[in-house]
Amino acid sequence: MSVALDFHHQQSAHCESGVMSALLRHEGVPLSEAMVFGLSASLSFAYIPLIKINQLPLIAYRMVPRFILNGVKKKLRLPLRFETFRSPIDGRRRLDELLDQGRVVGLQSSVFFLPYFPANMRFHFNAHNLIAYGREDDEYLVSDPVFDEPTRCRASDLQRARFVRGALAPKGLLYYFDGPVPPVNLAPLLPAAIRKNCFLMLHVPLPFVGCRGIRLLARRVRRLPEKRDPEFTRRFVGHIVRMQEEIGTGGAGFRFLYAAFLQEAAVLLGKPALQDLSLQLTTIGDEWREFALHAARINKGRDAIDLPLLHRLLTDLAKKERALFGALRRAV
Amino acid sequence: MHANEVPERSAPLFEGRHKAVYVVDEHGRYLIAKSGGTEAEVSVTEEAVSWFARLAAEARERARRGETSPLEVHMYRQRMDLPTLAQATGFWRWQVRRHLRPAGFARLSARGLARYAEALGLSLAQLQSLD
Repeated sequence: MSVALDFHHQQSAHCESGVMSALLRHEGVPLSEAMVFGLSASLSFAYIPLIKINQLPLIAYRMVPRFILNGVKKKLRLPLRFETFRSPIDGRRRLDELLDQGRVVGLQSSVFFLPYFPANMRFHFNAHNLIAYGREDDEYLVSDPVFDEPTRCRASDLQRARFVRGALAPKGLLYYFDGPVPPVNLAPLLPAAIRKNCFLMLHVPLPFVGCRGIRLLARRVRRLPEKRDPEFTRRFVGHIVRMQEEIGTGGAGFRFLYAAFLQEAAVLLGKPALQDLSLQLTTIGDEWREFALHAARINKGRDAIDLPLLHRLLTDLAKKERALFGALRRAV
Repeated sequence: MHANEVPERSAPLFEGRHKAVYVVDEHGRYLIAKSGGTEAEVSVTEEAVSWFARLAAEARERARRGETSPLEVHMYRQRMDLPTLAQATGFWRWQVRRHLRPAGFARLSARGLARYAEALGLSLAQLQSLD
């Protein structure tokens, strides 16, 4: 048996920020999950009709997978090393080798093939992140940040989950610190990180990203084939809620997580204005949740389909987020 | 979201587990709370699960009448659709479409079957039966 001593599991809302925060904490650099998320400027919105998941468009409330890991790596100049493998056997051998050196290793995997996930929460999402911190016999000691407790996973199951093919295929990706972590001075890094996130929400010159993306989705919702295909309409609105509220967002499509970051930033930078903006973002998050509740009831067939209502809520959210990120941009 | 709005009881969907959510306390300070699943997220996830279950049940009926192959049943049971299955196996979509028909499925080589079994996480025997 080999195990990284004094590794402590800590539950977090989102897998990628949770893994990054846990890896840093293990190296003696206690950065909260919210700080990791905000520092990498990972809040976003994207509605991409061309990419389909089970016949429904891609809707995301954050930046692409690995944006957090790469963002924090760059900002803090971390010696974080990524490795992928062509052959599953090599991938397993390398993981065992690193664990036997007493390291804590981050892994990318599919959700569907992880047996410790509740059966009805397993879908084909291939960019889940978790930590392996040891191995014993034919099992790995796994700290999956989205669950309350650390767990164990059979080698054959983890192997399958790490080497699935398809969209966002992990190719056995593992990552670890290959050297000492340099000292961290957060405050000077924060204004640029916040400005970058404001840019992503306000000024990306694409109609499907940021606040414009929310508006585009609102218009799409209004045009859903309510009469011609009510089943598709119900699935579509349910799909928005799944992307927004399902495991790993911290609630309201990461809005609360970013608000928590702004609160930390307000203290570090000594700017009470950020505290106010954090509260405003919390209110926006609550409106996202209200939207989710209406949409979920329509999805289940409990409420009649009311597309003008959903359209109004979404355009309203787009408007409020635009105002908020504008104010945030001026505050830093 | 306020700390007192978080549902504590773990929904059946979560199988006794909780997830972390960010909430504010009475002073407006952020903290992490354990949520057993809100109405909205539980409901939409259950609907998504039952959508696949319904497609699998329909496919099974058709497979019994010999109108489709067991592959279609297993595809939906394992929560995939045609594009996902094509990506996971590396087959083209038109090839998968062909393999979903009984005749196309029957012509699959041992290697082809193994590719589907691997991608779906099933044994060869499971892949070829309807149970």
